[in-house]
Amino acid sequence: MSPAASPLSATRLFLVLFVACVCFFLMAPIVLVFPLAFSSAQYLQFPTPGWSLQWFENYFGSLSWMSATVTTLKIALGTTLLSTLLGTALAFSLVRGSYPGKALVNALTAAPIIVPNMVIAVAIYGWFAQLQLVGDWYGVVVGHTIYAIPFVVMVVAPSLRTFDESYELAAMGLGASRLGAIWHVTLPQIRPALISGAFLAFITSFDELVIALFLAGSNFTLPKKMFESIVFEIDPTIAAVSVLQIALAALVIVLASRFGVGTGIGRDNQ
Amino acid sequence: MIARQHRLALLTAAPAVLFLAIFFLFPVARLFSLSFDGASFAPYGELVRDDFYAFVVGETFRIGAIVTLLSVLLGYPLAFALANSGRFWSTVILICVLLPFWTSMLVRTYAWMVLLGRNGIINNLLMWLGLTERPLQLLHNETAVIIGMLHVLMPFFVFPVFAVMRRIDKNLLLAAEGLGASSWAVFKEVYLPLTMPGIVAGVSLVFILAIGFFITPALLGGGRVMMAAILIEQEVRQFLNWDLGAALSVVLLLTTLTVYALINRLGRPAGRRLG
Repeated sequence: MSPAASPLSATRLFLVLFVACVCFFLMAPIVLVFPLAFSSAQYLQFPTPGWSLQWFENYFGSLSWMSATVTTLKIALGTTLLSTLLGTALAFSLVRGSYPGKALVNALTAAPIIVPNMVIAVAIYGWFAQLQLVGDWYGVVVGHTIYAIPFVVMVVAPSLRTFDESYELAAMGLGASRLGAIWHVTLPQIRPALISGAFLAFITSFDELVIALFLAGSNFTLPKKMFESIVFEIDPTIAAVSVLQIALAALVIVLASRFGVGTGIGRDNQ
Repeated sequence: MIARQHRLALLTAAPAVLFLAIFFLFPVARLFSLSFDGASFAPYGELVRDDFYAFVVGETFRIGAIVTLLSVLLGYPLAFALANSGRFWSTVILICVLLPFWTSMLVRTYAWMVLLGRNGIINNLLMWLGLTERPLQLLHNETAVIIGMLHVLMPFFVFPVFAVMRRIDKNLLLAAEGLGASSWAVFKEVYLPLTMPGIVAGVSLVFILAIGFFITPALLGGGRVMMAAILIEQEVRQFLNWDLGAALSVVLLLTTLTVYALINRLGRPAGRRLG
């Protein structure tokens, strides 16, 4: 099993076959959505009788799908902005500061990831229902930001930790204010991490269903619309939407590898 | 200067801390107080009396444990291959893990419904091969839920294990071999213990996510598989039974925190601390 084992040993062969099967398991559902999305059939049908773009036309031509997409983008952009601002400031504090109660702040930062999002959703829903905030898009932004802050901190904090603070001090020695030094020296240096953190926040919000299910009221976000379509009518329009989302995911991976951070791994390679 | 830095650090943390305190801690605390129903604890009495709730909690744990175990069995060799293959193959494997990982959970669940459905790809294939006369019931059962959850959660095991495997000094393995250990012994005595922090981190992540899972079990189970999050959604959104929904949420939250604390005690894995 050691990496230095001879290339043709039985163990190695078994491992290769096993890993190939696992990769097949992971990729098969992603790949198989494609023929469905471009199918000319009216129902799920295999093998596909012919090709057409009708399901994409259906998606782009449907008012309800389009308004759900716009709502989702609005919420995702709001979440990205808010969580990147709050999360970056928090990362600064956690990396640079030493103050009583810092362990508590650390725990609070990690908590939204550990607490099941159904619990977060129900908790906020109960309170917002009382305040009559349910149904407004910014209510969903608030819910998603709670969930996105930890991801921003997770990406920005390590980058900040490796940044040499003496550059900032040098700028201050040359007459810059602390904020000026951070703005002109530190932030440009950790820009890849900031972009990755923002990306992560965006995707988190864009894909999130549970909080939106409760807080969006009668409004539809894209995941909520997909969820209800899957439950009530399995219509290949969902396949077309899926293909678009997979393309988006591929784009994210390409961009993330360009910037070198944010996929969670592969960072140290750069 | 030192005091000023403290103040600055506190000041930069303040907006996020306030935000989380108001919109996260407070609502969760409010949910706790709802579940106590004015110190009568009536909702918990109902939870304990009705066998159905105990059954659902048990099911949630059982399904979570199965998914976690399968994630280890499939994910460990995958992480090993990822960490020890040449550049080309490790990129191929990485894409196979990352593309599904970045794809929306709903899309993946939908894809599994297409695969496993009555007129789905697998049933078509089986009938075409003559292995079955009529379509099999592959969807809306526990197996479908486990397959879907495994697909979503396995990457969460692969990443921490891979991160640990990549840092292992290969000389340690060569040294063990040079001292006469068999390949199996090298794996069992050296490699496996070295990767244990990653395994612990991965297992805790997968299990915690699994017991709180909603989308995949709700859709692939089609109402026939019950898990805690599905039950909470039903109680609150459909039956408006807030007390019970709150009590169930508290039970789910406390179990999650307990599992997190227990597993963290087993081994302090790297990469769990945020700041």
